[in-house]
Amino acid sequence: MDARTELLGLLRENARYTISDLARLTDLPEATIEATIADLEDEGVLRGYQAVVDWGQYDSEPVRANVELNVTLDHETGYDDIATRLAKFDEIRALRLVSGDYDFELEVEADSMSAVSRFISEQVAPVPEVTQTVTHYVMESYKENGVVFDDGHDDDRLSVTP
Amino acid sequence: MTSDRLANRVQGVPPSGIRRFFELAEEMDDVISLGVGEPDFTAPSRARAAAIESLELGRTSYTANRGMRRLRAEIADYVQKWELSYDPDDELLITTGASEGLDLAFRALVDPGDVVAVVQPSYVSYAPGVQFAGGEVLEVQTRPEDDFALTPAVLAASGADRADLLVCCYPNNPTGATMTATEIEAVVEFIKEHDIFVLSDEIYAELTYDGSHTSFASFDGMADRTVVLNGFSKAYAMTGLRLGYAMGPADVIGAMNRIHQYTMLSAPTTPQYAAIEAITECDDAVERMRTQYNRRRNFVLSRFEEMGMDCFEATGAFYAFPKAPIEDDTAFAENLLEAERVAMVPGSVFGEGGAGHLRVSYATGLDDLRVAMDRLESYLS
Ligand SMILES: Cc1ncc(COP(=O)(O)O)c(C=O)c1O
Repeated sequence: MDARTELLGLLRENARYTISDLARLTDLPEATIEATIADLEDEGVLRGYQAVVDWGQYDSEPVRANVELNVTLDHETGYDDIATRLAKFDEIRALRLVSGDYDFELEVEADSMSAVSRFISEQVAPVPEVTQTVTHYVMESYKENGVVFDDGHDDDRLSVTP
Repeated sequence: MTSDRLANRVQGVPPSGIRRFFELAEEMDDVISLGVGEPDFTAPSRARAAAIESLELGRTSYTANRGMRRLRAEIADYVQKWELSYDPDDELLITTGASEGLDLAFRALVDPGDVVAVVQPSYVSYAPGVQFAGGEVLEVQTRPEDDFALTPAVLAASGADRADLLVCCYPNNPTGATMTATEIEAVVEFIKEHDIFVLSDEIYAELTYDGSHTSFASFDGMADRTVVLNGFSKAYAMTGLRLGYAMGPADVIGAMNRIHQYTMLSAPTTPQYAAIEAITECDDAVERMRTQYNRRRNFVLSRFEEMGMDCFEATGAFYAFPKAPIEDDTAFAENLLEAERVAMVPGSVFGEGGAGHLRVSYATGLDDLRVAMDRLESYLS
């Protein structure tokens, strides 16, 4: 595996690995790690570093919904144009064009269920190209960004074995 | 303590030193154990599903004594990547873990009084296995200055020229040492010159990090004087499923099978289905585990170097074998466990040649490894 791919893998696993840790894990010099990460950031490959939060363990919890969106296109407006418009809303945490029964898939987050509904009906649905929205509220999250939300203690091996 | 009821052969074998250390560690809370000799991963999901499916289809009878024909054929194909060529019908035997393969090989090859050279430091089962078969153990201690590779010089100095059988294991437990083709070639000359049969435990073959694995049996004239042991425990994280295999010349495999057919009948059926799936469809899972182990290996070796722990570059299995900072490895391991709640196995458990060293298993998640290294560092300073 080349250094760039390896570093992307490691940072996706844990964005808080220090430069020293990354150097230890890959057996590469720290300077190489720093330069490679800087390149990946400059090229827009590495777009950010975020926490994985299990809201179920916290005192309060935002309301999240996955929204399916259908749109119509004309020769003036393409998917990218619609996406650019939608991406500006802070409530939309993720926006993807997908294959299948609908066009866009949105992750929407707000303080309450009514805030999410209001956002969809007042901000998203009125967009001229949008023909249909289907909202799925998230009830429970079991895994996010590759991290399983369990108690993490399922190692049943004996502590010392030959 | 001796007893009339028990066979002398058994009484002559002391309980494993690892047991005592296990009991110490078990008594304490919050221990991070770097003492585990098995993967921290689970078997690939496809292999698990194949096992479950076989049960649902009601495949719960014995298999052929030698194991399912399909599995033997797949193994014969698979080991060709190590330049090994075996006839799945009479040169290959499916066993209940490599552990059974070891026992069968000793019983098939060793007569009372035969001299069996056991390369050490080594996995704890070899010497007792030889003793249970009535053989005489000749210890061959590999040296730190050779990075624990076996050399003709060490063999000669130990008197291994008079051995009937040589037991070796590369990639090695407990040292993590591997041997290059050139290093093995030198040893092969000694083996042929003194007409020694070889039992090569290659269960960690998939876990090599610096070049690919070289099998002892792949050298000219060696296939006919070597039994190679391997299994699914380490590469596929299937320790609890208890499945291994032995490969060698037809007469020896036949003799092993004669014992096996009376004492075991056949290896367990369910894991044989899992193994077919593992060996044919799970290369990507093995690769992912190997990548993780290699990162951890790099991490642990770097941390050792930074804190001044003397450690050679272990290139196989999932062990590092640093020198203990004080001569008495057992005292060091016990004190470290007591003071910092980190378990490392004293090297002397694996034979005299392991004295003064510690076996550090990196079959442990990175978060735990990091805390363990921090604790070790603070203990040292
Ligand atoms: C070197 C070596 N050989 C054999 C075994 C036993 O393997 P199995 O689970 O296939 O019986 C082990 C297990 O720790 C080992 O480390």
